[in-house]
Amino acid sequence: MRIKTISRSVDEFTRERSQDLQRVFHNFDPSLRPMEKAVEYQRALTAAKLEKIFARPFVGAMDGHRDGISCMAKNPNYLKGIFSASMDGDIRLWDIATRRTVCQFPGHQGAVRGLTVSTDGNVLVSCGTDCNVRLWSVPRPSLEDSDLSSEKSTEPSAVYTCKNALLAVDHQFEGDLFATAGAQLDIWNHNRSQPVQSFTSGSHSVISVRFNPGEPDILATSSGDNHISIYDIRMSSAARKILMRTKTNSIAWNPMEPMNFTAANEDGNCYSFDGRKNEEAKCVHKDHVSAVMDIDFSPTGREFVTGSYDRSVRIFPYNGGHSREIYHTKRMQRVFCVKYSSDATYVISGSDDTNLRLWKAKASEQLGVILPREQKKHEYNEAVKNRYKHLPEIKRIVRHRHLPKPIYKAKAESRAMNDAKRRKDERRKAHSAPGTVVTESHRTRRIIKEVE
Amino acid sequence: MEVALEDNNLMEKVLPPDEQEIDVELEAKEKKYLRGEGANLESVKDKKLKTQLASREKLYGKSAKAAAKIEKWLLPASAGYLETDGLEKTWRIKQTDIAKEVDLLSSRNQYDIVLPDFGPYNLDFTASGRHMLAGGRKGHLALVDMMNMNLIKEIHVRETVRDVAFLHNDQFFAAAQKKYSYIYARDGTEIHCLKERGPVARLRFLKNHFLLASVNKIGQLHYQDVTYGDMVASIRTGKGRTDVMEVNPYNGVVALGHSGGTVTMWKPTSQAPLVQMQCHPGPVSAVAFHPNGHLMATSGKERKVKIWDLRKFEEVQTIHGFHAKTLSFSQKGLLAAGTGSFVQILGDSSGGGYSRYMSHPMVKGYQVEKVMFRPYEDVLGIGHSMGWSSVLIPGSGEPNFDSWVANPFETSKQRREKEVHLLLDKLPPETIMLDPSKIGAMRPSRRKEKPTRGEIEAEKEVAIEAAKSVEMKKKTKGRNKPSKRTKKKKELVENAKKTFPELEEKNIAGKKRRIGEDAAAELPTSLKRFARKN
Repeated sequence: MRIKTISRSVDEFTRERSQDLQRVFHNFDPSLRPMEKAVEYQRALTAAKLEKIFARPFVGAMDGHRDGISCMAKNPNYLKGIFSASMDGDIRLWDIATRRTVCQFPGHQGAVRGLTVSTDGNVLVSCGTDCNVRLWSVPRPSLEDSDLSSEKSTEPSAVYTCKNALLAVDHQFEGDLFATAGAQLDIWNHNRSQPVQSFTSGSHSVISVRFNPGEPDILATSSGDNHISIYDIRMSSAARKILMRTKTNSIAWNPMEPMNFTAANEDGNCYSFDGRKNEEAKCVHKDHVSAVMDIDFSPTGREFVTGSYDRSVRIFPYNGGHSREIYHTKRMQRVFCVKYSSDATYVISGSDDTNLRLWKAKASEQLGVILPREQKKHEYNEAVKNRYKHLPEIKRIVRHRHLPKPIYKAKAESRAMNDAKRRKDERRKAHSAPGTVVTESHRTRRIIKEVE
Repeated sequence: MEVALEDNNLMEKVLPPDEQEIDVELEAKEKKYLRGEGANLESVKDKKLKTQLASREKLYGKSAKAAAKIEKWLLPASAGYLETDGLEKTWRIKQTDIAKEVDLLSSRNQYDIVLPDFGPYNLDFTASGRHMLAGGRKGHLALVDMMNMNLIKEIHVRETVRDVAFLHNDQFFAAAQKKYSYIYARDGTEIHCLKERGPVARLRFLKNHFLLASVNKIGQLHYQDVTYGDMVASIRTGKGRTDVMEVNPYNGVVALGHSGGTVTMWKPTSQAPLVQMQCHPGPVSAVAFHPNGHLMATSGKERKVKIWDLRKFEEVQTIHGFHAKTLSFSQKGLLAAGTGSFVQILGDSSGGGYSRYMSHPMVKGYQVEKVMFRPYEDVLGIGHSMGWSSVLIPGSGEPNFDSWVANPFETSKQRREKEVHLLLDKLPPETIMLDPSKIGAMRPSRRKEKPTRGEIEAEKEVAIEAAKSVEMKKKTKGRNKPSKRTKKKKELVENAKKTFPELEEKNIAGKKRRIGEDAAAELPTSLKRFARKN
């Protein structure tokens, strides 16, 4: 007779000294866990509710400007600082951690329309409606300058004048050229007082300009006659041109996929294009009710933030249609510029009410140092919530956002109008000969044609 | 060099035979961890979704493989076994023989505790198998720590105790006493008196839902949430008094065995039973559920024990010869049956059904009241009329526990943390259903399902009862006439009936049809062609 029974010795299964960690044993057999799916669903529900409880995205506001904020610029070398410029010519450098002005750059007479920083972080370029381009040297942040009361002001290192008002400026990556947009597109060098190169196209002004992060010689511009043009500065004319139905207010290149860019349009949508293939948009991001004024990509390349004329800031996934998050406040008026911070944690919005607002990119994120166990728990909650997020109870909680009344009403109205239009189109199609009525896809609907 | 590489490739293709065996073994284990078939992705038209789902399925495959490997190589203990060679049969082996062969630690688990004064004993174990609660019929309650054989607390309540049950851990337990049930803390203080239930015959605790289920002498089923004390459901079974109640651990469904031979299954959210099975020609004396949720064992007074498959509700096997007063399944699937003073343990020999594995005859005076396998140990606890015993049954317990499911070596800090996590994971009573794998799955879009006629009728009866039991305000100044009171009560009952219009309509339609038919039957034959045909 051979016999064996389970016998566990206490030493093997408990710790030796009180300084040791407790011993933990695993058995992943599903028969030990009855109703595991129901328990998982319950955890997903709890995780969704907790996420909503901890969702406090507003961190703070930076107060100081005396007129509405027109543009902002990130310093690629210094995470804590952001430049902002207002409609009365006031340029400031903010320290985000303390939310105070570190340095002011006075000098512009009219509204400052464009701000950009060179890639090494030393030179700030600003342009405005007073037809000037000013170059400033950015003061180095040092540990001794912790005196908060002193606000330094500096003199510009160079002032260049043009014939017409300037509307936008952007600096080349890893180079020393910058481009200004106004009546025409000009390429400048830091040291020359006249543009090195000029591109003219039609009679309309160029509204915005953005250099490609991957290819330093390629830039995208949008003009007032509803065109988006892609230029290569080594060539003499536009490489590609897309004509849309409405004008594009701003363009941003995806930092992780530099051939793709997203354009923020006046009709409230954002269109993602593949730079190489322009007949149709890769994706249409619909959620804003009014014109989208500014757009910025996260450094991960996975989502982008948009600010719109309808007083809200939205965060979209790079390949999705609808926004995952909306931020709004009663005090925040028309949002003219947004920036995603370089560590992908914060979103900064500058609006008409003279304030810069700092928001968290993930509303329920715990900031600061997180212990590894806490981090694992957060990851688990996220994963289990994503597994069940299509089920009605959890979907309702995860999707729920409070919208300000004007946006809510405008969305309801547009939904009703779109539904009616779609129904009528379907009926028209059903009652006509097959093939005569063609439905246009959303990706091509707003593009008139591609030139060149 | 090239020749050597070719040789290597050839070697990889032909595996040595023992590695092949291991592969086959691992594949069999993997199936268990995959938890069903993979999704059919052919019908998904959305390309993005399809690629996402395909990568998800791959991850599941990988995790199942990793879990299978861990099970093969990394688990600390292996299961017990009892093997005989030659003509010796396993069921002739006595506990005294086993005691000689087994190590010291295990032999400490064989004992008899003789307490002749306090009547037949009912037992319950906590989920980790560390603590045991024994309740004698004459009122003796004892809480024992099985690891050290330490008596933690014993109290005498001086009235009959019909059943005992632990709540979620060893800190609280419930006892079904003469008139009411009571909940006690670990140190013996009475915390709650559960008066609503009346005299309870059986008490069981549903762990995932924190529900204390009981069936009382009138045949009413009560579910109470012990976290905040709400009575979730009280159901009139309508089948009379019953002593036989068990909980299916796989889906949380409560099964009652009735004197007519039927076994009914209940969930707290419906007044009508989920399933009614006619199991035996005579009264059902015991019910037990296999931990995997697919098998149920019932025994009837006609000396048969039947094994049922719960997926098809079909009988799988009948075992003749004895009628079991109590049945219990172990974690590994062994079935223990106790009759009179004889305990028989049946084992599932690979695919062949249940057959005799071991037996334990006791002295004639020891009448078995309850058998229960101790979780995570190869031990069977027997509560009988002269106290309780514990015997060794090799191969009955799960050798490897998971610290986050049930930890026999729990410290007090771990116990407190676990309590909080259990409460966070508490399931609502709506999740109790016959097939728990439907939770979290997408239901095929259908119109709202109508409840069955039986359910509607049961709910209607409950509503009528509630209307009848409403207390009328005693009016003064001559307005309290008995005729008016009865009129008001009738009105309330009518209103309660009105809220179930579907049943009413059917009755009326039925009546009309019957009237029509009767009238047609009365007509002379020549006029029958003019009868209204509906």
